Amino acid sequence: MSVRSRIVSAMQQIAVEQQVTLSPLVDDLSLHETGFDSLSFAILVARLEDDLGIDPFTVSEDATFPLTIGDFIRAYENAPA
Amino acid sequence: MPPRKIFALRDYLGPELKGRTISDARQVVSLTNILEQTSLGERLGELSGRSVLLAAADQLISAIAMTEIDGVARRMLLCPADLNADHVQTLIDDAEIDAIVTDQPSCWADAGVHLVAAAGTPERTAKKKAKTERATEWLMLTSGTSGVPKIVGHTLEGLTGAIVADGPARGAAQVWATFYDIRRYGGLQIFLRAVIGGGSMVLTEPGEAIADHVARLMAAGVTHISGTPSHWRKLLMSGSASGFSPRYVRLSGEMADQAVLDGLRRAFPAASIGHAYASTEAGVGFAVNDGHEGFPASLLGQSRDGVEMKVEDGSLRIRSTRTAHAYVGRNAAALTDSDGFVDTGDMVELRGDRYHFVGRRGGIINIGGLKVHPEEIEAVINRHAEVRMSCARSRRSPITGSIVVADVILADGCDLSGSDDIRKKILADCRAKLAPYKVPAMIKFVSALDITAAGKLSRHDP
Repeated sequence: MSVRSRIVSAMQQIAVEQQVTLSPLVDDLSLHETGFDSLSFAILVARLEDDLGIDPFTVSEDATFPLTIGDFIRAYENAPA
Repeated sequence: MPPRKIFALRDYLGPELKGRTISDARQVVSLTNILEQTSLGERLGELSGRSVLLAAADQLISAIAMTEIDGVARRMLLCPADLNADHVQTLIDDAEIDAIVTDQPSCWADAGVHLVAAAGTPERTAKKKAKTERATEWLMLTSGTSGVPKIVGHTLEGLTGAIVADGPARGAAQVWATFYDIRRYGGLQIFLRAVIGGGSMVLTEPGEAIADHVARLMAAGVTHISGTPSHWRKLLMSGSASGFSPRYVRLSGEMADQAVLDGLRRAFPAASIGHAYASTEAGVGFAVNDGHEGFPASLLGQSRDGVEMKVEDGSLRIRSTRTAHAYVGRNAAALTDSDGFVDTGDMVELRGDRYHFVGRRGGIINIGGLKVHPEEIEAVINRHAEVRMSCARSRRSPITGSIVVADVILADGCDLSGSDDIRKKILADCRAKLAPYKVPAMIKFVSALDITAAGKLSRHDP
C-alpha cells in the first residue's frame, strides 16, 4: 500500500471512530475543511508514526506545518526513512 | 516515674514458640533459637549507639541483622537491593552513617566509613547475649522514581502501630509472605507482622520464576500474603495460582481497583481479601476488607486506633502515631503540616458514601490543558474480563500537545485474533464512562508492562 493510500485509509478509520464527517480528500483541500478536529489529527499522526515509523512534524525542527491534504501527504512521502 | 520499657524486635523472638522459620529459596533458618545466634560475628557490640547502614544484598541476612541491631544502634538505615550506587554517598552523609553492615564487605571498603561489619547466615553461637539499650531510629527510603530517595525516620513503635491495633494473632500459627522486598515499607510491615505475631516468614528470591516462587509458598504453607496490585496481576496472569490457598490476601502500595479485587476473589475463594492504605511517610492508614475498591467515607474525621484522616484540596491527609516522624538529612523538608498531617499526594473522589482513589497528584497527565489521572482510565479498562492490566499515558503530539494512549495486557486465554473486537468494546465503554478527552486515542495490546523494583506500575515515558 502506498503512503498516500495508508494515510487516506487511516483518516477514514479515525473519522468513523471519532464520528466526524470527512470531506472528499483532494490535494488542495485545506486541512481545516477536512472535518477533522485537532484531536483527530493528533490520533492520525500518532497512528501513522506506529504504522510508517516516522513523524515528519517532529523529525526536523524547521518542518513547515502543512496547510492542505497535499502538503500533509507530501510531508510523509518526503520524510527521510 | 520509672522509664517506660523499650521494646525491640528481640522481645518477640523468645524460644517459647517452636517451629518458627524464615526462609528464601536457598535456606530455611529457625527463629526459635535465633537469639542465641548472631549473623554479625562478635561485632554487634561495636554498633552500639552508631548510625548503621544495613546494606546486605541478601534479604534473609538483612532480616536477621535487623533483629540484632534494633535496640542497639542509634539508627538503622535499610537499603533495598535496587539502591542506585550513585546515591549512596549522599545517603551516608545525610543519615550521618558511621557503620556499615553488609554481606559484601569488599564493595564497601571505599565508602569512607571506618566501621564495616560483615554479616552472614547466623550460625555461630553468640558469646555475649545482646541487650536492648535504646529505641533505635528506623530509617527507610522512599520509592520515588527519580533523583535521590528521601530518608524517612520511623520508630519501631510507630511501624508496628497497625499490627498492635489488630490484636494478637488468632488461630493456627501464621506463615507470612510478601512479594515486596522487606527493606521497603510494605514488605517491612509483613516481616514485622510475622515477628510480632509469632509466625514464620517466606521471602522473595531475586530472579526466581513465579511458578517456582508459588511452589515454594505452597510448600512452606503460607497462610497470609501481601503485594501490590501489580504483583497480584502478575501472579494471576502467570496461571501459577491454582492450588495455592492462603487464608489472607492483602494489597497495598497502589490503588486496588475493582477488577483486581474481583480477580483475587475468583482465584482465592476461601481467602479474606483486604486492601490496605499505607505509605513510607504516612504509615498504615487503614485496611478495608469488604471486597470493594475505595474506602467508606465514615473512616474520615474521627480518630480510630490513633489514626485521623481528612481530605483537603482533593488529597488524603493522615495524622497518626504511625506516620514517620521526620525526613532526615541536611536539606530535609518538613514531613507534616503545622497540624501534624502528612499530605499523601493520593487524590480521592467521593462517590456516594465511598471515597475512591483517582491517582497521584504528581502523576497527572495534561491533555490539551485538561488534567487526567491515568489510574482513572486504567480502572475503566481493567474492568473488562478480557483485560489483565493496563497502563494509560500521554503521548506527545505536535498538533494537540498530548493524547491519551493505553497499553493493555489481555487475560489468559484471550487470543489476539479477537483483539479488534476487544479494542472496540473497551473504547465504547471508555466513551460511555469517561469525559471525551480522557478516552484513549489509541489502544495497543502488549505482552508485558514494566513494574518498578518497588512493585508498582512504571509510569516512565518510554
